[in-house]
Amino acid sequence: MNNLLNELKNLFKASDLEHKRDDLVFITVEKHYLPFAIKLAKDNYGFRHLILMTAVDWLEDGFFQVTYLLRNYSTKKDIGIRVFIPRTEPVIESIHNMWETAATYQRELKEMFGIDFPGSPKINEPFILEGWDDIPPYRRDFDTKKYSEETFFPRPGRSTNDPEEYMKKKLYPQEEKDV
Amino acid sequence: MSNDDLKKRTVTGPDGVQFEVDPMKDYFCTETPHPENPSNKVVEKFLNWARSESIWILGYGTGCGAIEMRPLMTPRFDAYRFGIQWRPTPRQSNLLMVSGYLSVKTLKRVIRSYEQMQNPKYILALGSCTINGGMYWDSYNTINRLDQYLPVDAYIAGCMPRPESLIAGFNELKKLIKDGKGEGANKYAENFDWYKQNQKKIIKDWDMPDYNW
Repeated sequence: MNNLLNELKNLFKASDLEHKRDDLVFITVEKHYLPFAIKLAKDNYGFRHLILMTAVDWLEDGFFQVTYLLRNYSTKKDIGIRVFIPRTEPVIESIHNMWETAATYQRELKEMFGIDFPGSPKINEPFILEGWDDIPPYRRDFDTKKYSEETFFPRPGRSTNDPEEYMKKKLYPQEEKDV
Repeated sequence: MSNDDLKKRTVTGPDGVQFEVDPMKDYFCTETPHPENPSNKVVEKFLNWARSESIWILGYGTGCGAIEMRPLMTPRFDAYRFGIQWRPTPRQSNLLMVSGYLSVKTLKRVIRSYEQMQNPKYILALGSCTINGGMYWDSYNTINRLDQYLPVDAYIAGCMPRPESLIAGFNELKKLIKDGKGEGANKYAENFDWYKQNQKKIIKDWDMPDYNW
């Protein structure tokens, strides 16, 4: 593990090392080094299992974070390789040549976050949503409540409690009076 | 079925003859449904009694509510003693149970299944998701009210309703049918345009005929 981390640092200028557990490390690489970093981990250091690919929308900072979680079964260690890409140009190189299953994750990310992986199989076909014509729904600037109200005929008369306020009133009625 | 399967195309048959296929016209009926009125009230009353005692369910689970049907059909609650049983295809069944939340994608399949069922047909909607969206009321992908898209005969409230309440719901449906109020199919036929308009509003890639009979 340490050899891999050193090599990633030296070769690919990896940064932001985070030891979450003894067997789980997160590291950030730059976008254009990403396929090489993953290939290095897979071919030379035995991280042969792609556990998952996922994305986070950092709306305020203007970035998408894409995480590749890999596992080495002989040493029982996990590594999470993170990459930050600008929200204005969400394109990353596809890794479907290394793991065929990655194509499915990439289709999902394309549909839910609008992150493009050129060359990945069936990347432009609808995956879960059929005929979606709004901005991708997992982006944080997509207002799911507003969309639902405009689209799905909400039934009038439905009331909702804010969980925090409601539980405060229910559990600590005295405090409410004191204030 | 993808969009390409529905396009007009030339096909070569096994004997080498080429012919043109227009799936929207050749595979599906273009006629829209029409309401069926009983000719004889006395006979209809007998038929309604028979219908209410032989409810055949299309075994199609849409959401988490489908899990409640297993205890219902197995010996503990044993719905078969009420003449309720599960059938594998829409053509054989007369009750569609919409069990829980419906995503837009599932709604499309539910509409197809419902339209393929033969008259008389009924819809029983399970859980609060079909009434007002339930816990998924602000989701981008689940519908809020089922009765905007399909004619619902009876709702069973709960999240999820237990098998006991399902049996109570069946009894309620039986009463409706015996009273001649199970007219969902006629309601659907009469307001066909309104239902289609609502369905097409949310199903944006409409790649099937208007009526899937």
